[in-house]
Amino acid sequence: MLRYLLIESRDSFENRDTLNVIRMADALARAGSEVTLFLVENGVLSARRGADDMALAALAASGVAVLADEFSLSERGMSANRLTAGVRAAPIDVLVDHLAAGTRTLWH
Amino acid sequence: MRTLNVIGTAYRATLEEQDDPVIWITRAMQGAGGEFDVLLQGNAVNYVTTGQHVPALAFGARRQSHAPALGDDVEALMSKGSTVYVVAEDLDSRGVHMDEVIPGISRIGRDSVPRVFQSYDRVWRW
Amino acid sequence: MSKRTTLTFALMDAPFESARTTTAMRMIDVATRRGYDVNIFAYEGAVGLSFAHQKRHANAVHGRDADQEDHPLTREWVVALLEQAAQTGGRLDWVNCGLCCDERGALDHVPGVRRGSPADFWRMASSSDNTLVIATR
Repeated sequence: MLRYLLIESRDSFENRDTLNVIRMADALARAGSEVTLFLVENGVLSARRGADDMALAALAASGVAVLADEFSLSERGMSANRLTAGVRAAPIDVLVDHLAAGTRTLWH
Repeated sequence: MRTLNVIGTAYRATLEEQDDPVIWITRAMQGAGGEFDVLLQGNAVNYVTTGQHVPALAFGARRQSHAPALGDDVEALMSKGSTVYVVAEDLDSRGVHMDEVIPGISRIGRDSVPRVFQSYDRVWRW
Repeated sequence: MSKRTTLTFALMDAPFESARTTTAMRMIDVATRRGYDVNIFAYEGAVGLSFAHQKRHANAVHGRDADQEDHPLTREWVVALLEQAAQTGGRLDWVNCGLCCDERGALDHVPGVRRGSPADFWRMASSSDNTLVIATR
């Protein structure tokens, strides 16, 4: 099984293209790959509970692992306890774990 | 080892560099023996349109000698055997018709991108 | 003895312009702390990361002199990561795209980094367990 790590550094409020990243994550998962979406930098802004990002919420509910960088969350005053359902805070080490494991990793 | 370079950003510093830096590095790595194909998405789909022309650029007496010719550079990739995929929805949403693009590109639907990814040993997103 | 994990990163952002720089450094830090072999290909503006003539400055808005401000300099981060790699037994190979250095006049760099070309990136990637491209926008 192929593994993919999609790193999303941009938020959905200023960047329409983030929707295509979410669609890609969903499509790769439906095609049988194990997919993780890792939000970092302003990408975590989309994951605040109540934020207007239905696509991210739907992806998180679909079974794709959606993680948010702890450092980026803290930097933006976002509590790990107040994220969109299904999004989990994680350390940057997770990215390096995936890279070391050979996961196909794409930065957006 | 076959690598797919995914390019989404377009016209970034192309006038100063006289090249698209990612198309350029792809051609350079091809020259070093790498096997590369390219997938153009987002605004980068505009690179396959015909009629791209940079007007003469001069600041004072300093004139540009070699304006970027991005359509030619994409054709050069293909002439070296690279497949150039272009995401159909991104062409369509930008109002680009197929009679306005260079011949030889591989137009694919966004839903086909995962399948394309799977046919490569590596996928790099620029 | 098992082969050491080897990762390659391609960076493109100039210093002091994007959050991507710090995120990349954070990943490189984790990898070098783990004793991995790490290759960096600094392309385009990223050749500025190791530029030797970055200089600290004061911050009058905050009332700090240069020493007090202790402003981060990416060249110091590069040196620190090189030192960390040496301590953990990994190898950090930091390569700047030579043509990118030339056009930017970024010809003086901290010790331990070297000049290279896309062929180096190709070779690094070909011999790595994985490669991550962090492109600019």
